[in-house]
Amino acid sequence: MGVGTFFTSRLDAAIGWARKYSIFQYPFITACCGMEYMAVACSHYDIDRFGAGLPRFSPRQADVLFVVGTISHKMAPVLKRVYDQMTEPKWVVAFGVCTCTGGFYNNYATVQGIDTIIPVDVYIPGCPPRPESVIDGLMKLQDRIAAQVQRF
Amino acid sequence: MDGAAILERVRARFGPGVVDTHDHHGDHTAVVTRDVLLSVLAWCRDEPALAFDMLTDLTAVDYLQYPGREDGPRFEVVYQLYSVPHNHRLRVKVRVEEDAAVVPSAVALWPIANWLEREVWDMFGVRFQGHPDPRRLLMYEEFVGHPLRKDYPIDRRQPLIGPGT
Amino acid sequence: MAEPTRREFVLGEGGGTGGGSQNLLVGLGPSHPAMHGIIRIAAELDGETIVRADVEIGYLHRAFEKDCEVGGWNNAIPYTDRLNYVSPLINNFGYCAAVEKLLGIEVTERCKYIRVIMSEISRVCDHLTCIGATAMELGAFTAFLYMIKAREYLWELVEDVTGARLTISYGRVGGVKADLPDGLAGKARNAFKETREVLDEVHRLLTGNRIFVDRMVGIGALTREETIAYAITGPMLRAVGVPYDVRRARPYDVYDRLEWVIPTQQDGDNYARYLVRIAEMEQSMRIVEQALAMIPGGPINVDAEGRPIDPAAYVDRGKQGKTEGLLLVPITLSPNLEGQARAELARVSVGDKRVVLPPKANTYGSIEGLMNHFMLIMDGYGIRPPQGEAYVPVEGANGELGFYVVSDGSDRPYRVRCRPPCLPPMAALHRMIEGEMVADLVPTFGSVNMIGGELDR
Ligand code: SF4
Repeated sequence: MGVGTFFTSRLDAAIGWARKYSIFQYPFITACCGMEYMAVACSHYDIDRFGAGLPRFSPRQADVLFVVGTISHKMAPVLKRVYDQMTEPKWVVAFGVCTCTGGFYNNYATVQGIDTIIPVDVYIPGCPPRPESVIDGLMKLQDRIAAQVQRF
Repeated sequence: MDGAAILERVRARFGPGVVDTHDHHGDHTAVVTRDVLLSVLAWCRDEPALAFDMLTDLTAVDYLQYPGREDGPRFEVVYQLYSVPHNHRLRVKVRVEEDAAVVPSAVALWPIANWLEREVWDMFGVRFQGHPDPRRLLMYEEFVGHPLRKDYPIDRRQPLIGPGT
Repeated sequence: MAEPTRREFVLGEGGGTGGGSQNLLVGLGPSHPAMHGIIRIAAELDGETIVRADVEIGYLHRAFEKDCEVGGWNNAIPYTDRLNYVSPLINNFGYCAAVEKLLGIEVTERCKYIRVIMSEISRVCDHLTCIGATAMELGAFTAFLYMIKAREYLWELVEDVTGARLTISYGRVGGVKADLPDGLAGKARNAFKETREVLDEVHRLLTGNRIFVDRMVGIGALTREETIAYAITGPMLRAVGVPYDVRRARPYDVYDRLEWVIPTQQDGDNYARYLVRIAEMEQSMRIVEQALAMIPGGPINVDAEGRPIDPAAYVDRGKQGKTEGLLLVPITLSPNLEGQARAELARVSVGDKRVVLPPKANTYGSIEGLMNHFMLIMDGYGIRPPQGEAYVPVEGANGELGFYVVSDGSDRPYRVRCRPPCLPPMAALHRMIEGEMVADLVPTFGSVNMIGGELDR
């Protein structure tokens, strides 16, 4: 528990409120879930409504890491490195069951859940998750951001 | 040309170099010895009546646990050939033992063989003699073993970072 | 960390060894938006020109081929979905066709039409995504949004039929999971109308657009000989003027009964590939429209005599021993099982007990059905193709998608090999980008339409 969660102040609440609507995400897209991510990001489902419309492809400029798709052992060091390069405060969303637990790829090549490598704030299960559940996950993330809960 | 005629010509040209031929399910297949493999492939590509100008696929099968073939040659390297001008297909196979798992490389014939042979080396541990760039294709260099071999357990993980390193 | 080597650069100078300039080695990716997240290119640059490029793949290797060997023959189908996840239906049907060849069975007429219809819808989705993504990477974000909108209409069709948007697992060895829902033809008509509008808009936005044309024409070109030597198939081969299409060269399902043409171009550059893909989408929609008009087997449930009863009452009747004629009583199934009633299932799958699961009405209502279901599902039973091997190519969205399956006569595949259509173009990528500018890498990479699941498996 960070100090911030303990001494909740008005300033904290204000910062949390402001941050919650300015999510700059880094989409770490590897696999099939990326197709559903595209669908969510485009006009039909439109995550811009939640202030998360602008992806940043530089970890230094992003504050939410969307890990979208299977992470293999070959990819794991890259993911860790991108996470380390992000500046704080930062949050991580595990998009799809592959990132949550390894999904149905229980084999030599696949990392069994990215939380074995980096801390995760919101898990969105589904293979791939439907856009509706992604939006639900995004709202849960916003709640965490507003409450200034961080796990890095 | 239909498959049976192709097989006939291959047999006539290479005689004892052709170990076996069959046409199961309509896929015409010639099993050849390692010594003639390259000349068979080159001839298939260059003979105008055959003109197999495309190496559609190159892969291998590990026959370690196949009923009836447990002690035969362990690996079979499979070439799927296709001819764009003639629209016909041929499968060429070569069998190799585990302790001499080396096959001459076909990179000089078809450049696509470069990556496909790297994949077979990566997954099965069959080496290709004369390959210009014998690295793994899919796995990382730190990986030990060849995952598609039948004796590699599917859940033996070799992570680079995180638990289990 | 070791002391970094010092390099001297002379501004404005390139292409020479004199003047102290030196080539620069740049690693692009794997986490790079233009590399679609999973490719690494180590490029040696002279100024802005790529002198040498080394393409590294494997970041999405998920052991597809090993996973297939672990479960039963039908269990591999969900894994095939995730090969080319933009057009998963084609993968499903390709794999099923290979196993059916091993078993020596032929699917029903209606099923063939369904496979054609669904494959072509997938192909349109795939080309839409490919062109949309390429355009977006060149800055044409609008085209991307339009095309994803069109894809959304098609995905709604797919969802209607299969129950899922993306990972659909709709194919089955010996048929498909369920029959088509009512009213699909009308919905398809609407969806195609929207798609055609989008294509028309995109055509007006892109095809003559100066920026787009300048960045596509003459970029990333391959010659005809090299394309064939690298075993590249699909739109990229047709873009060099070779009209090779598996649907024509070795017609499967009902492609030989439908009317369509193979669009080709001559130049082999990115622009030619773009034109081929655009033209192919129209052909695919044409195929679907014809197939929907020709599909045999009229509307569903015409043969129901007497009132349908619900499954619980049906089971009760069986328990009371009133089994006479029970197998003929029509029952209504829960909507989750739509399309799996007897009449529908009989139309779309072969009546072969060794291969196809019985209709749910039989599974829940009769001991034979239940036994049959168990015999196919239980570990150690299931489908058992005779020993042998088979290779079946189908035309995937990116080219020839082949499945080479080997059976040892047991209930598990001995070996499943997928011939990925986008591996050859990736193997030839360095030939397309060497000698061109770094910025040209982006449209070239886009026009290759690399799909990670299929490339790395
Ligand atoms: S969760 Fe499913 S859809 Fe997402 S990447 Fe994994 S396998 Fe693909």
